[in-house]
Amino acid sequence: MSKLPNKEKALGMYRQMYLIRKYEERIYYLFLEGIMPGTIHQSTGQEACAVGMLYDLRKDDYMASTHRPAGHDLAKGVSLRGMMCEMFGKEDGCCHGKGGAMHTGDVEVGALVANAIVGGNLPIAAGVALAFKMQKKDNVIVCFFGDGATNEGSFHESMNAAAIWKLPVIYVCENNLYSATTSIALTCNMPNPAADRAVAYAIPAEVVDGNDVLKVNEAAAKAIKRARGGEGPTIIELKTYRHGGHSRNDACQYRPKDEEKHWFDRDPVKNFRDVLISTQLATEQELKTIEKAIESDIDESVEYAQNAPFPQIESALADVYWEGK
Amino acid sequence: MIKLSYREAIRQAMMEEMERDPDVVLIGEDVGCYGGCFQVTPGMIERFGPRQVIETPVSEECIVGVAVGAAMMGMKPIVEVMYGDFSTLAADPLINHAAKIRFMSAGQQSVPLVYRTPMGSGTGAAAQHTQSLEALFTNVPGLKIVYPASPTDAKGLMKSAIRDPDPVLFFEHKLYGAEELVPQEDYLIPIGKADIKRQGSDVTIITYGKTVFTALEAARVLENDEISAEVLDLRSLRPLDTEAILASVKKTGRVVVLHEAPRFGGFAGEIVSTIVEDLEAFSALKAPVVRVCGLDMPTPFNKNLEQQLPPSSKRIIESVLAMFRG
Repeated sequence: MSKLPNKEKALGMYRQMYLIRKYEERIYYLFLEGIMPGTIHQSTGQEACAVGMLYDLRKDDYMASTHRPAGHDLAKGVSLRGMMCEMFGKEDGCCHGKGGAMHTGDVEVGALVANAIVGGNLPIAAGVALAFKMQKKDNVIVCFFGDGATNEGSFHESMNAAAIWKLPVIYVCENNLYSATTSIALTCNMPNPAADRAVAYAIPAEVVDGNDVLKVNEAAAKAIKRARGGEGPTIIELKTYRHGGHSRNDACQYRPKDEEKHWFDRDPVKNFRDVLISTQLATEQELKTIEKAIESDIDESVEYAQNAPFPQIESALADVYWEGK
Repeated sequence: MIKLSYREAIRQAMMEEMERDPDVVLIGEDVGCYGGCFQVTPGMIERFGPRQVIETPVSEECIVGVAVGAAMMGMKPIVEVMYGDFSTLAADPLINHAAKIRFMSAGQQSVPLVYRTPMGSGTGAAAQHTQSLEALFTNVPGLKIVYPASPTDAKGLMKSAIRDPDPVLFFEHKLYGAEELVPQEDYLIPIGKADIKRQGSDVTIITYGKTVFTALEAARVLENDEISAEVLDLRSLRPLDTEAILASVKKTGRVVVLHEAPRFGGFAGEIVSTIVEDLEAFSALKAPVVRVCGLDMPTPFNKNLEQQLPPSSKRIIESVLAMFRG
């Protein structure tokens, strides 16, 4: 069993995990109702990865996400309202309706605009880390990617570069067993597609239960310490599972039912809740109060976003190039 | 004024900017003690050390992606890629990331990087080390693209590119030894401004990069036929100096658009469109616009065969004379 955090941190982590879960659920319903535009790639089921990895980062540390960014962004501190408005393509969205579901982010809280080219954020994160090093800053960056990205050339090129330059970057593979709809077992001849390949670059790696927020957080703490201390990159492979499909039209027919049951029984949010209760870090009443507050925040954000103005048409052409702001 | 070669002019621009601003860094393969594939960077690592001159693995996608990330954090990286042909490997970070990040983030993030790479044939390096791939990138909003011909323009445009807050692709030709007197003081050539390299009144040859020299050669020969040719060096492809193009066309009424890249789908088509879409320029035309371009083929190795590919002054002259005969 992992070492338990203090009450404040435990409740803080639970608050974020519950927020991500309810946010993604609400987005899903809005989608089914035909109210939400665009496409969605949801992180339901992977909440412990985002929260465990990012909880101990400083605000001026950075995070680079993927086409599935909502959990990461919320955990790094992008505002709920900014996220929800972006999903609706509104002016008050974190990217003013220009980015959308796959490109959310807020530099003010160290969330780089999410990058939806699989493997595209890996060299960028190395570059951010190289800048920290050149500028003699002690910041670090956490870079998320999926199991599918480990088969991209950019994965191998970036691991190599991060290793030779000892960059303060933490590469986090959220291995949810499927690259879009294809089992990673069919496309990688190793059980741990990120961690097993780390040896090729002499980067320390760890395989962690990605549905256990405390275990993820322990691994994060070690990697952050290494990166901040100038000891270089770490690869963390988190075993986890999507509760839903790859994107909005994917009903997940390809996943065996017993596999789904195995993972759904290990629900990261429910399990952490049980830990909080069984260890008496929180009472049922305290958790209910937190949950109610989050649900009401989400209601409010949806209400706000639906009524918020769309961007001015004239803004469509803005920000292609610098305009002297 | 001081006599500088094309490569020295580019090097001087980078060194002066690196001296001025420690956030300007050079990243690339063999750019350190070897001095770069075309010897543009000798002496730089000795002068600036490994913090500002970074030798990289042979990983074009990664090093350009690294430059994107570093630029987002306020660094001003100059990436050297050995051959323009390898831009295919760097296309993802250039097209999908560098060109999009300001826009997707609604202006939260900038990518002030410079991507330097040489293009073109004439080196006996065959099909994969001689292409002119600028048109792969001119169709991407968010990128700026310059392609200087002279040492003076190369130095001034490199400085502008480094100081520009957006990603700039800086294409170089391979006449690295071409010399010219270059101003000694700090000066900038603005991105997006063409330059008349030779004044003329009968025909305009519009071009950029190495073929500026071919155009000047043709213009000198055309003098014997009492044809006064104007040579307009675009210097920047994006943004394009439409005003300068239209002004010259209205003056001469005859146009040759010239580049080494293959004709089909090449950048010349954009220039022709710019001319014929403008009523005044279109009305001023006394002959159909002609494109003189590289042949539609990969570059062969054999020297005699290779020489068939790029547009020669002879082809330009014949095209111009045909306009007057017609």
